[in-house]
Amino acid sequence: MDNKATASADHGVAAVSLRGITKTFGTVVANDHVDLDIRKGEVLALLGENGSGKTTLMNMLSGIYYPDEGQIFINGEEVSIQSPKDAFRYGIGMIHQHFKLVDVFTATENIILGLEEKGRLDRAAASKRIREICNTYGFQVDPDKTIYEMSVSQKQTVEIVKALYRGADILILDEPTAVLTPQETDRLFAVLRNMRADGKAIIIITHKLHEVQALSDRVAVLRKGAYIGEMMTKDTNPQEMTNMMVGHAVTLNIDRPEPKDPKPRIEIKGLTVTSPDGILQLDHVYFDIRAGEILGVAGISGSGQKELLESIAGLQRVESGQILYVKDDGKKEDLVGKDPLEIQHMGVALSFVPEDRLGMGLVANMDLSDNMMLRSFRDGRSVFTDRKHPHDLAEKVVEELEVNTPNVSTPVRRLSGGNVQKVLVGREIASAPKVLLTAYAVRGLDINSSYTIYDLLNKQKEKGVAVVYVGEDLDVLLELADRIVVLCGGRVSGIVDGRTADKNEVGMLMTRLGGIDREKQEEVQDLAE
Amino acid sequence: MQNKPKEPLIHMTRRKALPWQAAWGIRLVSILLALLLCAVITTLTTGLNPAAVYATMFSGAFGTARRTWILGKDIAILLCISLALTPAFRMRFWNLGGEGQILIGALATTACMIRLGSDFPNAVLIPVSIVCALGAGAVWALIPALCKARWNTNETLFTLMMNYVATQLVAYFVIVWEVPKGSGKIGIINQSTEAGWLPVIAGNRYLLNILCVAALTIVMYIYLNYSKQGYEISVVGESVATARYIGIKVGWTIVRTLMLSGAICGLTGFLLVAGTDHTLTTTIAGGQGFTAVMVAWLAKFNPLGMVLSSFLLVFLSRGAGEIATIYSLNQSYGDILTGIILFFIIGSEFFISYQLHFRRSGKNENAAAGSAQKDSVKAVSPQSADILPAKADGRKENPDTVPAEQGEEGAHNV
Repeated sequence: MDNKATASADHGVAAVSLRGITKTFGTVVANDHVDLDIRKGEVLALLGENGSGKTTLMNMLSGIYYPDEGQIFINGEEVSIQSPKDAFRYGIGMIHQHFKLVDVFTATENIILGLEEKGRLDRAAASKRIREICNTYGFQVDPDKTIYEMSVSQKQTVEIVKALYRGADILILDEPTAVLTPQETDRLFAVLRNMRADGKAIIIITHKLHEVQALSDRVAVLRKGAYIGEMMTKDTNPQEMTNMMVGHAVTLNIDRPEPKDPKPRIEIKGLTVTSPDGILQLDHVYFDIRAGEILGVAGISGSGQKELLESIAGLQRVESGQILYVKDDGKKEDLVGKDPLEIQHMGVALSFVPEDRLGMGLVANMDLSDNMMLRSFRDGRSVFTDRKHPHDLAEKVVEELEVNTPNVSTPVRRLSGGNVQKVLVGREIASAPKVLLTAYAVRGLDINSSYTIYDLLNKQKEKGVAVVYVGEDLDVLLELADRIVVLCGGRVSGIVDGRTADKNEVGMLMTRLGGIDREKQEEVQDLAE
Repeated sequence: MQNKPKEPLIHMTRRKALPWQAAWGIRLVSILLALLLCAVITTLTTGLNPAAVYATMFSGAFGTARRTWILGKDIAILLCISLALTPAFRMRFWNLGGEGQILIGALATTACMIRLGSDFPNAVLIPVSIVCALGAGAVWALIPALCKARWNTNETLFTLMMNYVATQLVAYFVIVWEVPKGSGKIGIINQSTEAGWLPVIAGNRYLLNILCVAALTIVMYIYLNYSKQGYEISVVGESVATARYIGIKVGWTIVRTLMLSGAICGLTGFLLVAGTDHTLTTTIAGGQGFTAVMVAWLAKFNPLGMVLSSFLLVFLSRGAGEIATIYSLNQSYGDILTGIILFFIIGSEFFISYQLHFRRSGKNENAAAGSAQKDSVKAVSPQSADILPAKADGRKENPDTVPAEQGEEGAHNV
């Protein structure tokens, strides 16, 4: 596994060779003498936990950072990449997690932006060339559509086409599937396979090991900034890859304790939500959420998950229907029409991890303890804030959830993604909720952190909290949730038992176009109970 | 591989948080360098002895007791406006309407002094004037705030336009109240009775203004940093989505904060009319509503820091004026020197957040950073210090605004 060979020793010349790359930020070593080869016509999966230095390494290839030490060879020739422009010159294109596109421009305009081509700007010719690239690899995108009208997956496609348009032979994708639905992921992988067949070198950073197995040829592992080793994908398995990433053996099973005495906590009856521009987001949704149970919500993204959680938390204007909160004494109270604060006081906690992770629930520039204060700052009658309790809570969360941070006075924007999510989920749990709503809680998290979150949710469930888990990964949903509500186009297309349902069944329900009509929905509801 | 490609001459990385001593060291060095450059330019262009010019500048600000009091008065007014703008700025509401809010407060005070001056004793008149000034300023800020909260209008343009409306209103009332008729001026109001004038305490007519603003500074500092409302302001400023999510009423916070901002501007108008000028003109605010924007930014919206930044700006402007008079130079000459000094001070912030690495001659990074400071302060434009470096495309976004996985670097990389 040792990879000390020179750039030209393997079969042919590697597209990219990194030798002894070191990058430090202040006193922290982000990359420590990393050696890595990427070959043509190959997909290399770069693995590592959050904070292991994968993105930093790739940023040095794409000209965003400059290495402190080490050499980079492109096709056997040593190069110095000082800017993203240099990177393009050497045929390196990077697709960042956060797209760098101008919203009000069309795809074509974004793609040709910054290219210093001689002569008149010819949008039509550019758009024609873009269509050719799309046809070659099987992309589905309209070059004349403006970015703000596009879905996340289409924006990503534009980013990839942008790199190809600039003649990239070496493509780096940083967690490309974190924001995609399973279907979109499949489409992306098909395109990437076409590109591999075309002789491009592709590096993909991902945490999802089944994707690594489905797509990659070779796997390289980083741990704490150091290169650990590499292997052929076909010779390895998730367990081995995980052990290499984490540095010790870990178990890959999610516990699912039997729910103890589940009883309804929230009853949703005929919930209907329309967006401000009149599009039906939720259409007569019926189901209940039970204390002491984890309810999974499955569905293609944009099927109404966000609206559902926001309606419960009071952040969404509800068109019609009821959300009945069942108190401990059995009395019911409608949450519709209450403001977020009242709902929060009734014990409903929402931890929603949006696509940009920080947009809702945390304040990026505030430190950990000030972020803890978001929930509690109103407590007490004093006009002044109480900083001691949030500070103690932050210390507690950091200790219990093993948040990797210098101290609790660090702004959360300086934490890595996994740690940010632990802070968010930790705070919501600390408010001792009766109902814990989580959406995409493990989005972009490495395996170890994901399992920490699953454990946390299970502990809440055992305490009798009604947990709602909106997830993207069907495998996880099927292992974690007691019941699964499947949403399709704003309707409930089925409610299944997590212990007996299989993946195909849920997948079918997710794509059952138009859902089932309301009477049937109520029947399904009755059956599930 | 024979012709090894060159490393870039300079590349920059974000620093870890500097200890405050080092940060202030950099700022001090930048001021010294600015003075040095000003000295060179002065000698080259005018042939004057720079030491004498600096001495004149200093004496212009502190030369006599009277000058020192005027310095104090000017600082108080500028600081008061900056304090007024700060809550709005912390909420990322760019209130550029300080000028108009001051004028309206001044107008309200004048109205009280002229219409009620002969009927009520000062014990009643002054509180009434204060309340009217606060209210008028608050209303002037409330109008753009309501529109922002309701329809998300652009507050920068809106507050700016409100300035013109206020100026015209004042111009109208100056004619209504002009003394004598046809002069186009109000003149000193209630000169004989001194009705509505702030009392002279301890024999100095500026002292009360200064004490009021000093107290306000401390109150504002505590309000912004330790009160629940101050916390709400910060949350709304950082992320409206998060504020909504934790149940802060965003619209109400905007309205409340802007009323506070406008009210304090109105108070400044009161201090100007009742405390120092005792008259009303359309230029009574003198552009300080805009200068205060710079004061607030220089101090990074910290009320205590604003004491320093407002001192700096007033000191420079008074000193520059003195140079112009004594050496019969153009008034712009003083402004040039002021500009150079501000340029260096703002530019120094770049070296506090970023570290420069030079092509591998010396490996000692601290030495490199130190010399970077000396060598290229001049090369940094104020924008690049403020809005970050030219290659901002990737560099800026990564550690700063992109959280999550990219925050890997952000985590170590301040």
